[in-house]
Amino acid sequence: MDMVDLPNASSPSHLSWNGVRRGSRKAPLEWVLERCIFLVSLSAIVLVFLIFAFVLRESLPVFLGRVDSTVAQRVIPADQMDTLSSADLAKYLDLSEREFSEMDRDTLRLMMEVKGESAAEAPLDKDAGVNTASWRYLLLPHQWTGYEKPSYIWQPVSEIHKYNVVPLFIGSLKTTLVALLFSIPLALGAALYVSQLAPPRVREWLKPAIEMLAGIPSVVLGFFALIVMASVLQNLVGAESRLNAFVAGIALGLAIIPVLFSIAEDALTSVPRSYTQAALALGASQWQAAWQVVLPAALPGVFAAVLLGFGRAIGETMIVLMASGNASILSWNLLDSTRTITATIAAELAEAVFGGHHYRILFMLGTLLFAVTFFTNLLGELIIHRLNRRLEGKA
Amino acid sequence: MTTEPLKPRVSFSAETSELPGPTGTKPDRLIQINSLNLHYGTAHALRNITLSMDEQVVTAFIGPSGCGKSTLLRCLNRMNDLIDGVRIGGSLEIAGHDIYGKDVDVIELRKRVGMVFQKSNPFPKSIYENISYGLRLHGISDKSERDAIVEQSLQSAALWDEVKDRLHRSAMGLSGGQQQRLCIARAIAIKPEILLMDEPASALDPIATARIEELILNLKKQFTIVIVTHNMQQAARISDFTAFFYLGELIEYNTTRRIFTNPSEKQTEDYVTGRFG
Repeated sequence: MDMVDLPNASSPSHLSWNGVRRGSRKAPLEWVLERCIFLVSLSAIVLVFLIFAFVLRESLPVFLGRVDSTVAQRVIPADQMDTLSSADLAKYLDLSEREFSEMDRDTLRLMMEVKGESAAEAPLDKDAGVNTASWRYLLLPHQWTGYEKPSYIWQPVSEIHKYNVVPLFIGSLKTTLVALLFSIPLALGAALYVSQLAPPRVREWLKPAIEMLAGIPSVVLGFFALIVMASVLQNLVGAESRLNAFVAGIALGLAIIPVLFSIAEDALTSVPRSYTQAALALGASQWQAAWQVVLPAALPGVFAAVLLGFGRAIGETMIVLMASGNASILSWNLLDSTRTITATIAAELAEAVFGGHHYRILFMLGTLLFAVTFFTNLLGELIIHRLNRRLEGKA
Repeated sequence: MTTEPLKPRVSFSAETSELPGPTGTKPDRLIQINSLNLHYGTAHALRNITLSMDEQVVTAFIGPSGCGKSTLLRCLNRMNDLIDGVRIGGSLEIAGHDIYGKDVDVIELRKRVGMVFQKSNPFPKSIYENISYGLRLHGISDKSERDAIVEQSLQSAALWDEVKDRLHRSAMGLSGGQQQRLCIARAIAIKPEILLMDEPASALDPIATARIEELILNLKKQFTIVIVTHNMQQAARISDFTAFFYLGELIEYNTTRRIFTNPSEKQTEDYVTGRFG
């Protein structure tokens, strides 16, 4: 009778622990949701990759030197059509293999005739025989007919298509530089003030107020720059052209201030209060503690903010399209009208012939822009990594 | 290499001090607190504290968490000013000067009343820069003078031998105990007269704690030290006087020997013998 209450081998108490074994009760809904979220996030990455792959594919012929924008072409009379192999014919008519296969003989003949006629109308320019879409003419100056000296010219719709990308790069760099020079001191100053010096009550309204700037659509900022700022700045500095790199840069700066501010403020706020306390206990003023101790400690984050601001500024389109004047002049003068890469793509892509050299070169500009931001970010990440290691005392 | 003890650069006597004082005579006690009351918003954190301390002694503040001992410590260099909604009544005089007077230069005060925090908080800079920062703040621009003081302070904090070969490496690479000794070196480099320590060893292992305690006993020869501690044995080992606080009130203040062997209050006895707290 006493034996009944004692644990024995036939009913071991550890049997109830079987529930800890995996798989017996995994909630199916959770599993499905988990997979869904994973797939969605994966698709975002895939999408970005696909977009880049598309842009690269469209611009690849330019990089490989396979685009020919020569105006004067060797003309093959239409009745010699049969002497050409089908591959040569397709190349002569600038057709892809698939397009070529879809066309009948009469269409091809007609195309050859049209091509012959347009070639006859082509100007007898010394530059007519130049392939302006080759790297030599994309990057280096050339003395075009009617010019006094070799120049960098972007004129894609003139009779001789001039595709020199240097003025556009300079234009983008100029406006971005103005934007950064204008916004970094303002945004960092505001971030330092809000995170370190402002009384809590001021911080409560100042922080959202600055971040609300991010909500202004760039087209509205561009409009404001075009109508108001341009006139005010022209009166102030006496620029010859009302719309110029300076106006566009300032408007661009306004657009990136909230980005810079927000990230820099986060970085400064996350610096341990104990650093500030230590500095104050040594007899530093609040300002000295913020400037000499907190800011250096937050440098990686501040640098990341600047980097993101750079990316935003160089990629921003609407403001520069509206406020820069869009003249593709090669000049370092900030008060000259200028044209950026982004504005060029936005303004010209819709009118470029699909698959033509203009179209391909615009895509090439897109690829280069992507490369610039990508490598800037990469370099920035490396610097941030090194700064972090130094702050942590590992380097 | 100079090993002479650190001496206050500026005497704190009432005659030569830049701090304004009600009297021209040297006061009897270095620190004199009279019916000090402190409120955080609606919370009454310190109630009617009256307490005085002498030069070159170690005074320990003990008591359970939330008893106000750290708050009182932070009153001595006005670190409480940083907290919103703090109101302070009563008087707190150091060397005869009301440090809450209207014309007190808080920066000058903090130079003379140094502080070491509970959690070691070296700046994420090099060891050398950690110490020279305070020197530059106070206008010591001569590099050779700074170099000498850096070495002297590290010697006094018993850290020199461990770090002399890596002065220009980041302080974040030091161990916890070394970091705390660096913080002490940083605090004494600007030659304060009073050193406040807020549980300086509570985050350290017993060996590092022992080194800090040894250091405090050495520093006592040059500085007046006020230390907050949770560790009864520590208070007993290093302090000359002990103040026991409970719920914002000063329950008992006496020599350490008396507090730990023959306290006059029942609450003190219960606390130091471990019956509560």
